[in-house]
Amino acid sequence: MEARAVYIHIPFCHEICHYCDFAKMYYDEETAEQYLSSLHKEIGMYVENGPLEVDTIYIGGGTPTSLTPPQLERLFETISYYFNTDLVKEWTIEANPGEFEEEHVQLMARYGVNRVSLGVQVLDDEYLQELNRIHSVDDVSRSVDLLKQYGLTNISMDFIYALPNQSIDHFRRTLEQALSYDLPHYSSYALQIEPKTVFYMRYQKGQLTKPPEEDEAAMFHTLVDLMEEHGLNHYEISNFSKPGYESQHNLTYWANVPYYAFGAGAHGYLNDERYVNLRPVNHYNDYIQQDTKPVVHREPTSLKEQIEEEMFLGLRRQSGVSDDEFQKRYGFSFFDLYKEEIDRLKQKGWLIHKNDRIALTRDGMLFGNDAFASFLIDDSTWNKKFSIDSPK
Amino acid sequence: MTNDRQQRIRNFSIIAHIDHGKSTLADRILEKTKALTDREMKEQFLDGMDLERERGITIKLNSVQLEYGANDGENYIFHLIDTPGHVDFTYEVSRSLAACEGAILVVDAAQGIEAQTLANVYLALDNDLEIIPVINKVDLPSADVDRVKQEIEDVIGIDSDEAILASAKDGKGIEEIMERIVTDVPAPSGGLEDPTRGLIFDSLYDPYRGVIAYTCVKEGSIKIGDKIQMMQTGKEFEVNDMGVFTPNAVRKKELSVGDVGFLTASIKNVKDTRVGDTITLANRPAEEPLPGYRRLNPMVFCGLFPVSADDYNDLREALERLELNDSSLQYEPESSQALGFGFRCGFLGLLHMEIIQERIEREFNIQLITTAPSVIYEVELTGGETTEIENPAHMPDSQQINEVREPFVTASIMVPNEYVGPVMEICQKKRGEYSDMRYMDENRVNIVYDIPLSEIVYDFFDRLKSQTKGYASFDYELKGYKPSNLVKMDILLNGETIDALSFIVHRDFAYHRGKQIAEKLKDLIPRQQFEVPVQAAIGNSVIARSTIKAMRKNVLSKCYGGDVTRKRKLLEKQKEGKQRMKMVGKVEIPQEAFMSVLEMNDDD
Repeated sequence: MEARAVYIHIPFCHEICHYCDFAKMYYDEETAEQYLSSLHKEIGMYVENGPLEVDTIYIGGGTPTSLTPPQLERLFETISYYFNTDLVKEWTIEANPGEFEEEHVQLMARYGVNRVSLGVQVLDDEYLQELNRIHSVDDVSRSVDLLKQYGLTNISMDFIYALPNQSIDHFRRTLEQALSYDLPHYSSYALQIEPKTVFYMRYQKGQLTKPPEEDEAAMFHTLVDLMEEHGLNHYEISNFSKPGYESQHNLTYWANVPYYAFGAGAHGYLNDERYVNLRPVNHYNDYIQQDTKPVVHREPTSLKEQIEEEMFLGLRRQSGVSDDEFQKRYGFSFFDLYKEEIDRLKQKGWLIHKNDRIALTRDGMLFGNDAFASFLIDDSTWNKKFSIDSPK
Repeated sequence: MTNDRQQRIRNFSIIAHIDHGKSTLADRILEKTKALTDREMKEQFLDGMDLERERGITIKLNSVQLEYGANDGENYIFHLIDTPGHVDFTYEVSRSLAACEGAILVVDAAQGIEAQTLANVYLALDNDLEIIPVINKVDLPSADVDRVKQEIEDVIGIDSDEAILASAKDGKGIEEIMERIVTDVPAPSGGLEDPTRGLIFDSLYDPYRGVIAYTCVKEGSIKIGDKIQMMQTGKEFEVNDMGVFTPNAVRKKELSVGDVGFLTASIKNVKDTRVGDTITLANRPAEEPLPGYRRLNPMVFCGLFPVSADDYNDLREALERLELNDSSLQYEPESSQALGFGFRCGFLGLLHMEIIQERIEREFNIQLITTAPSVIYEVELTGGETTEIENPAHMPDSQQINEVREPFVTASIMVPNEYVGPVMEICQKKRGEYSDMRYMDENRVNIVYDIPLSEIVYDFFDRLKSQTKGYASFDYELKGYKPSNLVKMDILLNGETIDALSFIVHRDFAYHRGKQIAEKLKDLIPRQQFEVPVQAAIGNSVIARSTIKAMRKNVLSKCYGGDVTRKRKLLEKQKEGKQRMKMVGKVEIPQEAFMSVLEMNDDD
């Protein structure tokens, strides 16, 4: 299968958020310039006969808008050089409120960016400082206006919940204010305390407490209820959109289909192999300079893993997984493997089976990890059903 | 009647506390006798012990034959017999000491005598051994030779002027030790023409040769081809191989009085060569076996259940295999409502129990649920008859019980005197009865308590170590049964009694323990899909309760291109964690929960 989605990582930030564990570093002009050259070269290692036709492009970070306008233009030039941007259906860039100028927006509009994902996180100035975000609530409004001024109306906002000391009401207020912008897309994630972050260190030392699980669950319900009341469809565990505004790029991840990934620390999936690029920017640059693909780790996915991933990624979507499509791809029905598990989850009220599709209910999504884990196949089950490779 | 060769045999052991230098001293003695070249030292010694090495802890004994050219111009045959160093194996120690005529007592010049050492010295004195005191590590800056000498006189009653000052590490004093073995340790005294009596002081199972019995010939002799008889079990075998360790195994045609070596005789099970039994010749048996034989009875019991019921047969096979090499392991099938089919197993002590559990999990790859260790209670019923209860779940109703008796041990704890307070506090908390306290010297105290065995089977020693910064040393021996006011505590999860969680507790502590355990289980058992009440009950009355809250949310909200691999790992881990838990009714219970009933928390 040909990859029709492209991810490009910009690892620079002006300020590092306390919860962020992505590949990132403080912005530095010289490094950024070199990085852009490296990116150009890296994409060239994959795309020989450009420009290539793809459906979606996603520029994430870090903070892509930490680049200066001329640097952003260089990046867009690179992209336009390798990919046929006229045919791209969705081109997203991540941006932080208050961290980009009119010039950035002009460039986006000029080169064909048609979707902007704003990392808002929370709408409370005091709280934003807690997270070490440098923007304010006012910045958010200004940023939205600026984007709309240039016709960039397909805007998404990201929010975090279950933050230290956050109450359910506090989160509700943030959401209500967010919804007042009447945007076509919102995402919201429970805070995940990851190693090598400021939050993690504080958590380890007992200086930071998460809200109780009961509150976290209540916040999830608040989120889904509010979004649905406002006509936004809960199309993936953490994503909501007006009809037709689902993130096409992100849907490729959950559809378990291949995608390119470029840049430091980026993860790609090509030819049934998941690969990860070197995370430290200087190492990434070094590799590129020596004309070597900066891949630090490759993991071929076995048929068994592909099937498992098809299920646990696909079930993140409200639409779930279609058995017809599954059969087309793998040549047998997923009921052959998962009949028992599907029945069990149905009985629990976590899963519904309608026509050829199975999908998680809201409760099922709330306990998604338990549901997903039941789609991992025991070796013995696998060998019993598919002993075709055995020499006997 | 003795012969010339017998006059030149010296059989001895080394008694020492861990880290006081036993193995270094043994190495020096091997060097001195030129048993091995320097390079062989390591490689061969280990090779020879291959069969005997248990992972991590050497619990098996072994013996080495050495030749020593003494200052008197004679060549002597030394047999160095090793002893295990843990309280669980006291009986094995006593048997290996019974094979000797002398013992080298190694005492650390800085740390003095420890409880374990003292216990072994008493065993040696019981066996009439000649004791050669050695004060080791005299070169250490912290060495206090005078204090240790005083201690040796006060505690053991040996003239400390005889003590050898040594530093095994740099070879100081080694020659003196060798000479003293020649002059002080008596030669074996048995008669060569007497009916044969050989003491089995250890045995091990070899898959190719069957049981290898370690024996010390006390009287007469044994030859290859002889038909031998085990005097306690009555079993007869034909000897097909024998020899000594030098330390490499060297084949011999005959072992005669004073010799210490091994023999094989197509013996299929170590239970036929019990430690302490006497080997005699079938056609000319001795009248009496050697004294001191004791059938070893397990002191600590627990249930072993496979996490997956499919592993039940594998678990039985594992136990059968381990039993071949371990005559003190006992097991019988047990069924639990909560845990299904498994085995009730008896062990000599906690270390023994841990070794067996670990071997089953690692070598046989069976995941186990272990119930909390228990002891044997004697229950006198109202009808007058007495039964033995080794599984708390089987304790009869209190109306049917006249009296419950539990095993007590006499525990000796040796500590620097600043820790006397904490030690006594622990002993009191463990229902100990004060028996004696004696100052070994200005700094060290030996405290003796009678403590119920059930109170020391779990974390007593750990607790002792942590409260005394590791300074306490500890030894115990079974004292006998005493009546106690004991009750059975049941634990209910989601309204159902979980038999594997039942335990016996003293009535005075019952309320507190019930409360602690209800709280502890609340934290140990992960949230389930529904709320789970935890109750602790005696008979029909619930004395404590807590609630495990229902799980409310468990999902990774973020999953994009870079998260797939990480997400997979997380799901795999979650699934594996679930597989390690036991589904009891509708509740998933992790292994730790079953052990928790014996833990005591001071902070509550």
